[in-house]
Amino acid sequence: MTFLRLILTNTRRHLIRTLIGVAGIAFGVAAMMTVVTLLQGAVNMFQRILNDDSEIIVFERHVSDLFFSNVKIEDIATMRAWPGVTNAMPSLFGLVSSDDRPVIACFGVTEEAPRLISAEWLAGSLDKFESSEGIVLGSRAAEFLKVDLGDAAPLGHESFTVTGIVRTKNGFEDGGVFMPLAQAQEFFHKEGVASIASVTLDDDRQRQPFIAQIKETFPDLTALETEEFGNAYSQFRIVKTTAWAVGGCAFLLGGLSVANTMIMSVFGRIREIAILRVNGFSPAQIAGLIFGESTLVALAGVVVGILVGIGSMLVLQQVPLLQGYVDTEIHGGVLGVVMALALLTGLAGALYPAFYATRIHPAEALRFE
Amino acid sequence: MNNIIPPLSSPIVEFRNLWKSFDKERIQVLRGASLRVSQGESVALVGASGSGKSSLLHLIAGLDEPDQGAVYVNGEPLGSGRRLTQRLRHQIGFVFQLHNLIPNLTLRENCMIPSVAAGVKKKTADARLLYLANATGITDRLDHRIQDLSGGERQRTALCRALMNSPQIILADEPTGSLDDLNRVRVFELLLELVRKEGITLIMATHDLELGRRCDRFLRVQRGVLFDETKEQQHLGQDDLRAI
Repeated sequence: MTFLRLILTNTRRHLIRTLIGVAGIAFGVAAMMTVVTLLQGAVNMFQRILNDDSEIIVFERHVSDLFFSNVKIEDIATMRAWPGVTNAMPSLFGLVSSDDRPVIACFGVTEEAPRLISAEWLAGSLDKFESSEGIVLGSRAAEFLKVDLGDAAPLGHESFTVTGIVRTKNGFEDGGVFMPLAQAQEFFHKEGVASIASVTLDDDRQRQPFIAQIKETFPDLTALETEEFGNAYSQFRIVKTTAWAVGGCAFLLGGLSVANTMIMSVFGRIREIAILRVNGFSPAQIAGLIFGESTLVALAGVVVGILVGIGSMLVLQQVPLLQGYVDTEIHGGVLGVVMALALLTGLAGALYPAFYATRIHPAEALRFE
Repeated sequence: MNNIIPPLSSPIVEFRNLWKSFDKERIQVLRGASLRVSQGESVALVGASGSGKSSLLHLIAGLDEPDQGAVYVNGEPLGSGRRLTQRLRHQIGFVFQLHNLIPNLTLRENCMIPSVAAGVKKKTADARLLYLANATGITDRLDHRIQDLSGGERQRTALCRALMNSPQIILADEPTGSLDDLNRVRVFELLLELVRKEGITLIMATHDLELGRRCDRFLRVQRGVLFDETKEQQHLGQDDLRAI
């Protein structure tokens, strides 16, 4: 009989108790996986919108959200004229609503916008985008707004003719609305400005000099490399931190559940632990047994939690309201962190029970024969 | 007669002037008990409930600490911590009144516990278990769970477990106390046979005067003091012994 067999037997002996512990960890794993994946996915989708067509993002310094950022179109034109700058494209971000959709992302762009060029045009064409005074919808937006090419789409207090429908890889864009920049500026009362400038350069080595030049020329603006943007942008940081914090709380509950399971397990076999001690088990071996059991519970919880997490995300994918806004791709990094946290939670939950078990006084335990 | 028991030969177990009390010294269990036990000797500790027999065994095994006095094994202090664990793994085996086997484990797995604790190689442990199972007549029950065994089989399993790592000393606390008459004698004879065969020292606490007198030495435990009545008990009948 191996040590592991003893651990397995102990966990099987009170199956309901063990299952409660497993459920606690599984809840933590599933909750963290779902929350972090969804929010991280949302952040990633938004970040990809920025990353796909630029190397550097220029936006207004000290704004809490890009929706509040104002970059003058004339400043963007100045940047475009700087040596080494391949392009500097304005984008205006806004939020609109329709009858049953409280939030629809709206992108004010020019017809040079790579996201429109690279999109799959299901109806209409890019040629008439800026001259039409209509809007181009992402395929999911067209679906939930129940409109087709040439129809009038009600957005906010106005109605716009649908001049194109595109399918994009990005959920935000696919569930969003593209407006010609000038029209978006008028609609959002932001004449003469954009939210950001997406800048591409002739040479990667010019990135830092460009950023320095922005700082010097436009003190009200800030420029970040797109890779850096994801880490520096406060909204992303808040969302990510919130996701991990919510997940952490779920894990705390899971840890308490394991601790409770293991405490009950130890209290229920004080005499048995004394017998093991009499038969030569050292305190370290006793602690090893308890930690082994909690690790087993945690591992089982990880497996169940991952399955539940995947299941819940598959369900979320089917929720019409969330279509286009959730990225349910599970990233290896998230999975790794969640698994490591689950195991750590399992071990942390076993700390006190293991300590208690090693302190059991064999003679006292045996005296109550 | 006094409570200082002289050595028969070089002692494997010796305790000197052991005092032990419970409940903040309100219950005085041992009052200066001393004893020397030789290798291969069997010693019966006979006394009424609460006389201090079990406490004495616990002190010899290092499961409890005396208020005063010391226990020596092979001439060295019993020790504590890692040293004591090593002694419990290799030198001391314990048999209880209630078998104290672990439920849900098979008989084989229960017997293997001391080997797992000591990290004995599986092959060696398997061979030892087979030998002991044959000797105690439980070979065909090895893969049964404890719940499926009779009281006698459980106690024989407990004997196997105590003997697994070939200890030098077996401490038996009422090993036949929970058995019927038939099994009581069988299990005791088995225990005696095995310890004698392997030259193991047996210190057994018992109420059973009949079994106690079959040990090499017969010690009466009264109010925490030991009295060697080996010679006397040999001439006493069962009725007289019951009066002790």
